[in-house]
Amino acid sequence: MSVLMPMDKLPGLNKATILLVGTEDALLQQLAEAMLQEDCASELQVHLAKSLPLPSNGSRPRIDLIVFVINLHSKYSFQNVEESLCHVDSRFFLGKLCFLATGAGQESHCSVHQSMVVKLAHTYRSPLLFCDLEVESFRASMAQRLVRMLQICAGHVPGVSALNLLSLLRSSESPSLEEL
Amino acid sequence: MEPCDSPESTPRQNASSNLKDYFLASTPWQKRLESVRKQTSFVQTTPRRKVPECSQLQETIDPHKLAFLLHKQWTLYSLTPLYKFSYTNLKEYSRLLSAFVAAEKQKGLAVEVGEDFNIKVIFSTLLGIKGTPRDSEAFLVQILSKSQLPSKNREDKVLWTGWFCCIFGDSFLETVSEDFTCLPLFLANGSESNTAIIGTWFQKTFDCYFSRLAINAFNLSWMAAMWTACKMDHYMATTEFLWSVPCSPQSLDISYAVHPEDAKALWDSVHKTPGEVTQEEVDLFMDCLCSHFHRHFKIHLSATRLVRVSTSVASAHTDGKIKILCHKYLIGVLAYLTELAVFQIE
Repeated sequence: MSVLMPMDKLPGLNKATILLVGTEDALLQQLAEAMLQEDCASELQVHLAKSLPLPSNGSRPRIDLIVFVINLHSKYSFQNVEESLCHVDSRFFLGKLCFLATGAGQESHCSVHQSMVVKLAHTYRSPLLFCDLEVESFRASMAQRLVRMLQICAGHVPGVSALNLLSLLRSSESPSLEEL
Repeated sequence: MEPCDSPESTPRQNASSNLKDYFLASTPWQKRLESVRKQTSFVQTTPRRKVPECSQLQETIDPHKLAFLLHKQWTLYSLTPLYKFSYTNLKEYSRLLSAFVAAEKQKGLAVEVGEDFNIKVIFSTLLGIKGTPRDSEAFLVQILSKSQLPSKNREDKVLWTGWFCCIFGDSFLETVSEDFTCLPLFLANGSESNTAIIGTWFQKTFDCYFSRLAINAFNLSWMAAMWTACKMDHYMATTEFLWSVPCSPQSLDISYAVHPEDAKALWDSVHKTPGEVTQEEVDLFMDCLCSHFHRHFKIHLSATRLVRVSTSVASAHTDGKIKILCHKYLIGVLAYLTELAVFQIE
């Protein structure tokens, strides 16, 4: 069982790598393209995967940020993410991992209740972002947000680390989540 | 029968409700504010629901009217509370609405002198269709075409039927003041144009708002589980699910039929807590069906969208269409639909 490790490889010079995991190929492609269009001081690399574990491949660089994309219209994508989480090393949960839920705008198509995704994110103590990836403007702003997060996780922003960012994001959550 | 839990209650509410006790939260504004605060809480916990049982109020329903409500496809709408609606003025409303419908139908047509559009509208109450005694009385509106034949065959043809009801609308009734009548669920059968005309009249007269009630896949799977859980003496129809696979150019539909006794057996093996249905049980029930399908066809049904559920109790479509087949569980089915309607209004 190969587990994805955050620190098993050396970082590339000025390189930042993000891994997008999700069953919705088209959405991931579009998000990846939107991210690559952002101008950013670091060299961005976007990897896409349907699920973990990834095939063992020596040439893959160190992953700085993992984003699990869950489509609220499809229970399959939720189950897929749940299974993939087993193949992630626990050190990723210190700010180098986040969940992205798409499709919340079309309430009539949802088969996954929002509270299930919220509970998942709370269990893994990682931030949960909501974005309708099918709408271009939302996708562009989410791409911008992910690029900034990636830069922090790769250590390219002086003074802010991934763990700092995580605690900043967590303090803005409502206290009722802690009681879950 | 106890009312169902409202889906939006959270533990946070307990803290703020203690503070509320110091205030006289009796004005409708403050009640409305409280319900809005419940809505804006961050997390909506998934509900636990009571399994629908035969209600003892069933005996008071007129069997002729009951037969009229079953086996028909109804389109669902949610309706905001009606302002200054009175059950004593039903004859007056019939008269006004007949005139309105006749006027609407004549719009744009050349009117011949002496021609009478043989349309009449009848309002009638449906006794017994309520969950608790506090619920407002359900009422029925019908558009009939007056028979032009002589008195022998005086059966008027029903052109359109619509009925308003409220089952276990307690959480909603609390927030509303005395002048309003709460009947959040509206069911219509007949042509769309008639529904639009009736809707316009109601919106103008009672300052309310109709909106189409769509049922999403999550709620459809709850319905499937709850209706399979109902004890039936004999099964009239197979349990059938319809899934829609989104693919271009045309979407593909997968129909999955299960023998109703097998479905009940599966549910009984999944069901743990007596008298209550939980989210885990519903998920397990649907997962069992999907994994069985996957084993045979290698298709992940969970990646597709559940569009229609049909059991011996009732059948529901995601566009907001329902057909109730069993009179025993009429109240149970309507209770869930009322909950969805109230949720949409709020």
